[in-house]
Amino acid sequence: MEQLLQQIINGISLGSIYALIALGYTMVYGIIKLINFAHSDVYMLGAYIGYFCMTKLNLGFLPSLVIAMILCTIVGVTIEKVAYKPLRNSTRIAVLITAIGVSLFIEYVTMAIAGANVRSYPPMTGLMAESFNIGSINITMQQLITLGITILLMVLLQFIVKKTRIGKAMRAVSLDQDAAMLMGINVNSTISFTFALGSALAGAAGIMVGVYYNSINPLMGMLPGLKAFVAAVFGGIGIIPGAMIGGYFIGIIEVLVSGYGNSMYRDGVVFAILILVLIIKPTGLLGKNIREKV
Amino acid sequence: MLEIKNIDVHFGMIHALKGVSFTVNDGDIVTLIGANGAGKKTTLRTVSGLKKPTNGEILLDGKNITHTSAQDIVRMGISHVPEGRRVFPTMTVLENLELGAFLRRDKDGIARDLKMVFERFPILADRRKQAAGTLSGGEQQMLAIGRALMSRPKILFLDEPSMGLAPLLVQEIFNIIKDINSSGTTILLVEQNASMALQIADYAYVIETGSIVLSGTGAELMQSEDIKKAYLGG
Repeated sequence: MEQLLQQIINGISLGSIYALIALGYTMVYGIIKLINFAHSDVYMLGAYIGYFCMTKLNLGFLPSLVIAMILCTIVGVTIEKVAYKPLRNSTRIAVLITAIGVSLFIEYVTMAIAGANVRSYPPMTGLMAESFNIGSINITMQQLITLGITILLMVLLQFIVKKTRIGKAMRAVSLDQDAAMLMGINVNSTISFTFALGSALAGAAGIMVGVYYNSINPLMGMLPGLKAFVAAVFGGIGIIPGAMIGGYFIGIIEVLVSGYGNSMYRDGVVFAILILVLIIKPTGLLGKNIREKV
Repeated sequence: MLEIKNIDVHFGMIHALKGVSFTVNDGDIVTLIGANGAGKKTTLRTVSGLKKPTNGEILLDGKNITHTSAQDIVRMGISHVPEGRRVFPTMTVLENLELGAFLRRDKDGIARDLKMVFERFPILADRRKQAAGTLSGGEQQMLAIGRALMSRPKILFLDEPSMGLAPLLVQEIFNIIKDINSSGTTILLVEQNASMALQIADYAYVIETGSIVLSGTGAELMQSEDIKKAYLGG
């Protein structure tokens, strides 16, 4: 029982990372129906920016987190403006292939600049290095901080999407672009804002993964990116709460499979779940087929 | 006053509008009638800025808005109720109406107009918390019109407002259109239901395969033999 609880706590930390990345996938898909393959590389850049801030600039975790989020926002918006916006009226497959191209571009440019070798985050000190026990369950401050920041960001995101003017514009554009234009909504800036939000969350995920797992490399985004995408599909692509639930679900499953079964199978199980979801409920856990009345 | 001067619109190789010109005078109900695919919808979408013409110009109160963005055209006082209502289905009735006032910052004015819309369409007030997609077709049409009024337009475009509605509701929608017009809003109405449209129109244009072929007051066109044969069923 205690081992199970311990595993679930580890799973929640991992799930937080997946959920943060999944949100970016799902929001961008919701608004322009694009699976943004470059998103996982924005996450990787977040990890590198965090690394740079903490080792070269000797900044603490929180200022590094803020810088990583801001710079990733700029990267995300730039990707959209340079690579996707000119293709707004092209076929979806053209944009998808472009996204793969952007992804490879970022990975190999990072490799050229920072080197292909694995780098390790500096060991945490002070509060971040502490941990405590409840019974025989060990909880580290890092886990608590990861969870706390993730929840804070999700609450903030929900507030932006539900309550603010730009959030309403995002929902309107994702439901019906033409009708949104007729309301006077600027579709281009709404799309940019969506990329900004998603990229900021990916940046946060990147630095938190660096702190949590210590090692980073230019191709680190690939597998977590895929799994976060699975999380987004699992919850219902385009649906924000779905990505959150999906992220935590995938994180916990993965840790449980590693803990109780064989860690070799953990990725296999995740993708098996994706296949099952697609067979049983193609629209995902929270997905709905909305039929419009005539 | 809205003046459309000689506009051409292309979709790839297809020449959808061929030198269309017409005028909508302030305070009038003007209708554009024609068969399916004649170019009525394209005309409205072009004036609203959703589609750019390849030629010609569009003037609103003398200002050239041919290359103005859809956003600024809304700001300048044109509001467009698209064909098929196009309400935001998973958002509430209230949220839909608030989106209609997206470009406005005057909170008090928005609240007043919201009240006015709810007075005009009491059913929307009852359902303000309900998702727009769950409304009936007629209610969705009212919501779409209410949403368009929330931008406080000088000119209201209505694209096939009677489409898919029961006859009783069609009559109600046309009464609403007359009522909105009599409170000072100019109306540009596109309809396949030509007899209803001509009855309430001050002026009408007939569009066929991308060109205006006939125009006159609503009453004149109702008497025209050609119109009777082609659009009024006898």
